[in-house]
Amino acid sequence: MKSLKAQHSNLAFAHQQIEIIEHGQTGDSELIPFREKLYQTGLYPLKPTGVEIFQLNIGKMCNQVCKHCHVDAGPDRKEIMTRETMHQCIDILQSNPQLKIVDLTGGAPELNPNFRWFVEEISKLNRHIIVRCNLTIILANKKYHDLPEFYKLHQVEVVSSLPSYTQDRTDRQRGNGVFEDSIKALQMLNEVGYGIAGTGLQLNLVYNPAGAFLPPSQAALEKEYKQELKQKFGIEFNSLYVITNMPISRYLDYLISTGNYETYMEKLVNAYNPVAASNVMCRNTISVGWDGFLYDCDFNQMLELKVESKGQHISEFDINMLDNREINIGQHCYGCTAGSGSSCGGAVA
Amino acid sequence: MNEHYYNSKDLAKFGNVVDFQKPMGEKFFAYYGEVFKEGELSAREKSLIALAVAHAVQCPYCIDAYSTDAFEKGWSEGQMMEAVHVACAIRGGASLVHSVQMMNKVKGIGM
Repeated sequence: MKSLKAQHSNLAFAHQQIEIIEHGQTGDSELIPFREKLYQTGLYPLKPTGVEIFQLNIGKMCNQVCKHCHVDAGPDRKEIMTRETMHQCIDILQSNPQLKIVDLTGGAPELNPNFRWFVEEISKLNRHIIVRCNLTIILANKKYHDLPEFYKLHQVEVVSSLPSYTQDRTDRQRGNGVFEDSIKALQMLNEVGYGIAGTGLQLNLVYNPAGAFLPPSQAALEKEYKQELKQKFGIEFNSLYVITNMPISRYLDYLISTGNYETYMEKLVNAYNPVAASNVMCRNTISVGWDGFLYDCDFNQMLELKVESKGQHISEFDINMLDNREINIGQHCYGCTAGSGSSCGGAVA
Repeated sequence: MNEHYYNSKDLAKFGNVVDFQKPMGEKFFAYYGEVFKEGELSAREKSLIALAVAHAVQCPYCIDAYSTDAFEKGWSEGQMMEAVHVACAIRGGASLVHSVQMMNKVKGIGM
């Protein structure tokens, strides 16, 4: 499977996606604008509560081509953060102690040639580091086999996708053989202490639906995951984060090609939860793209909706301006406010 | 009246039944909500039971709702189909077991 970009799909272009998301497939969407919902909830215009999380997308290259990927990542994507931009990020961290958490994502962030150097430098600044590891990268090549030890050395929190504790559903979403390799990688992480009580090494899993439906209760699903993974594979982990799929990029393509788009959007709108809306992650996060541009979240990044602030690039980073900006919103934001809500840290309500 | 007796969009209007009889409707939905909460059976287990019952009572709204709900709650296609077979077996068995009455009757009147 190739990325939408490599397939020259219309949906590889952000403006084409926005057109559909905002106006529907036939341009006559009757869904209530997200802005109006926020207004009714007393949250419009949406403002930050104080930026604490510095989420860096350090490249779109990935060893997997997942069907739901909002980044349209894959082996054919060459966009990658340079060492120079990473230096700029480190400078920003040094001068902004309120950025307590550094969240590294991609693609597979480990495929960036400067990944380890970058983690080492951030680690010296005494920040909590999260790496969104797709698990299979650990087994993809011998040179990645020691990643669990590397993460342990820098006390990195590992957050990894596993959409099901069964092979069938996982492979349907993430590709053939992904489940088997993910299980092996989780066992390797457990071996060095990740996910094991008392070690302090955080291993959190991410569930997202393998289809056109919303996630179930996080607490109930976490209980099942813990029971099944322990019983069948001896695997332990800390928490399960339940994430709603966003109607962006490859998941948008999936929804449209299977005739599920309109129903899915209706479902998101009908499940709007004001409590989730007040806790959305864009209120305390800044997302940085591989080329150093600034966004409200990784989803706005993929839709190329830059922050509404005078400085839109890491070279012009100004935390005060960012803390006072108005957050860019659109119909896709219903994905974060449906049901128990959704964020990079799971449910929010 | 609609052209068809069943319309999938009507499922979303289920809550409107309170418009014609509020106290009973509200009591029903409160009870319904209570039934599907986590209890001695998990919400996940209850969802699969609901799917099987939906087939037994042949309610298209319930089949729509609980196919989604059971799949969302992680039941596989195979497990869901087995649950429907349980409903089918009980329905079929319910007919067949009555044949004992038929046999009793025939034995009673036959020579």
